Amino acid sequence: MMYEYQNIFTRVQVHGPADMGVPMKPGNWSRENVTTTNWLLGLIGDAQVGPIYLGGLGIASLLCGFIAIEIIGLNMLASVNWSPIEFVRQLFWLGLEPPPAKYGLSLAPLREGGWWQMAGFFLTASILLWWLRTYRRARALGMGTHIAWAFAAAIWLYLVLGFIRPLLLGNFSEAVPFGIFPHLDWTAAFSIRYGNLFYNPFHMLSIAFLYGSALLFAMHGATILAVSRLGGEREIEQIIDRGTASERAALFWRWTMGFNATMESIHRWAWWFAVLCPLVGGIGILLTGTVVDNWYLWAVKHGVAPMYPLDLTAPVLDPAQAAQ
Amino acid sequence: MKISASALTAGLLGTVIVVLLAIPMMLQWERPPMHSEQLGYRGLGMEQITNPRRAEMLAALNKAPVPDDPVDNDGVLVKDDTENYKNVQVLGDLDTAQFNRLMNSISTWVAPQEGDNAGCAYCHNVENMASDELYTKVVARRMLQMTKAINTQHKSHVQATGVTCYTCHRGQPVPANVWATNPGPKQAGGMAASRNGQNVGGQRVPAYASLPYDPFTTLLKPGANIRVVAATALPGGTGRSIQDTEKTYALMMHLSTALGVNCTFCHNSRQFSSWEQSRPQRVTAWHGLKMVGDLNHTYLESLTNVFPANRKGPEGDVLKVNCATCHQGVNKPLYGFSMAKEYPELSVPNP
Repeated sequence: MMYEYQNIFTRVQVHGPADMGVPMKPGNWSRENVTTTNWLLGLIGDAQVGPIYLGGLGIASLLCGFIAIEIIGLNMLASVNWSPIEFVRQLFWLGLEPPPAKYGLSLAPLREGGWWQMAGFFLTASILLWWLRTYRRARALGMGTHIAWAFAAAIWLYLVLGFIRPLLLGNFSEAVPFGIFPHLDWTAAFSIRYGNLFYNPFHMLSIAFLYGSALLFAMHGATILAVSRLGGEREIEQIIDRGTASERAALFWRWTMGFNATMESIHRWAWWFAVLCPLVGGIGILLTGTVVDNWYLWAVKHGVAPMYPLDLTAPVLDPAQAAQ
Repeated sequence: MKISASALTAGLLGTVIVVLLAIPMMLQWERPPMHSEQLGYRGLGMEQITNPRRAEMLAALNKAPVPDDPVDNDGVLVKDDTENYKNVQVLGDLDTAQFNRLMNSISTWVAPQEGDNAGCAYCHNVENMASDELYTKVVARRMLQMTKAINTQHKSHVQATGVTCYTCHRGQPVPANVWATNPGPKQAGGMAASRNGQNVGGQRVPAYASLPYDPFTTLLKPGANIRVVAATALPGGTGRSIQDTEKTYALMMHLSTALGVNCTFCHNSRQFSSWEQSRPQRVTAWHGLKMVGDLNHTYLESLTNVFPANRKGPEGDVLKVNCATCHQGVNKPLYGFSMAKEYPELSVPNP
């Protein structure tokens, strides 16, 4: 068996017979053996495009995704009275709103959130089918299912925002609208309504894992790039057969911060940081409104939020209460 | 079989289009450096950020006019000179000299333009000054009552500075910043999703965001509840919805734009609802919102049957006031210059 190395440092693009990968077990879809090579993609990754494995799950997922995008897009187009120009001009502002509070968890009329529920159903179906696809394709290749579970962490956050939390609160009006600015406005309003999400400890953790992921990614990428001239890009082999690249990289980190991750463990660090970001974020969202109504007041209660010096010579009082 | 070249080109083209779409948004941004002034305790980010390059333009827009010279009293009250003054319902207790000075000032404040329907003739039939045949005269009478109400009943907001007609009108018959119920641009009917009063682009939308474009109709009226932040740490009963929160958010962004101030001019943004951590300006603003609700309800809506259709909004309601009507981009209208001091008759309570 011959090893081959393809990485970002390879400046020579080889155009040879397409690589079809490992032999598959019978029963796998094998019609899409269409491949090509692309010079631009070769600059940033593998020049070979395809074969794409679509399969039943892929087709079902794309179909559901297409329906969801159609529902969202056509309703956005309707909201500018079918004007294609206004649709393009205002695209970032347009949205599809969840039902108003009065409908609770029931099926809302199409005009008032029904389309949102339908789009949400198909988008969720599409995402879950795609998840199943990542799981089954990994299994078919004899891989672990780490990618599927990392994806599941993101799906968890998505489901908490759009489904589980609204379910617990008994109201779909609590869910996120579709649309670029509409969902950003929702985010800002959500934080204000529930007393400032920055005081939510799970939000704090999520931010730590988000920034931590970026930091770890930069540290790891930089380390491997720095030792690639010594064979460091063969990092997986170096897990079991440590070479000079691995030793130098490890010593660099011990020199600079006293501790080094290993060629193996750094990938677990990165995976867990990335997975924990939406995982704890989802917990934080789930607790908001269900268990805690005002995170700032909660933080004051538990000694998390300090008080700053106030001008006690001229205290500011709520005029609505002062009037009583 | 080649599948890639066209697909990739389409992908790249899509990216370019999205970037191009984003450019018009960036054109609304203002370039640094900005001027920043500390307003609260250090480290809280309570700062007022202003653009020094806009200061001159704002100052020119908000230049106070020179008040008409004071005049000596004639010694005769308007209500006593029934031969020359008829149908004077609001200013009858005024000395005739002061009355004429005020009328002259109002004509320059509200209708200074040249032509047949300007100056006195904008409201009066100049052949018969007492006649109420022009709707503008009926409106002006009610507006005088409103001005007096502002200067006497709403001192908690306008303080000793007070207002005159000019505070809003600035030489225009209809003040530049007024509002009416806004149904928004036309959207498809039938079973197409309602946009629920939000999600349109354009400069008139608060904060250039997808926030509700008409927070005024529901929130600038007496008894409106704009408080949306939970008052207790733990849930208790039904709280306000996210949609309500977005509406209050939109109103606050209007306030911010109208006064040319940041959120932190009034609030400590760590907890918008906390009064003890707010600046005293927030109390003034609170009274301002009460005042606007009262003015819209008591004075402007009472003129619903007086205004012609072309002076009403698309839904047939009268044009009303919000924060921008007086403030016009600065936190103290006309930079705090008190025109009302020069016209004390406008600070007399309505009977």
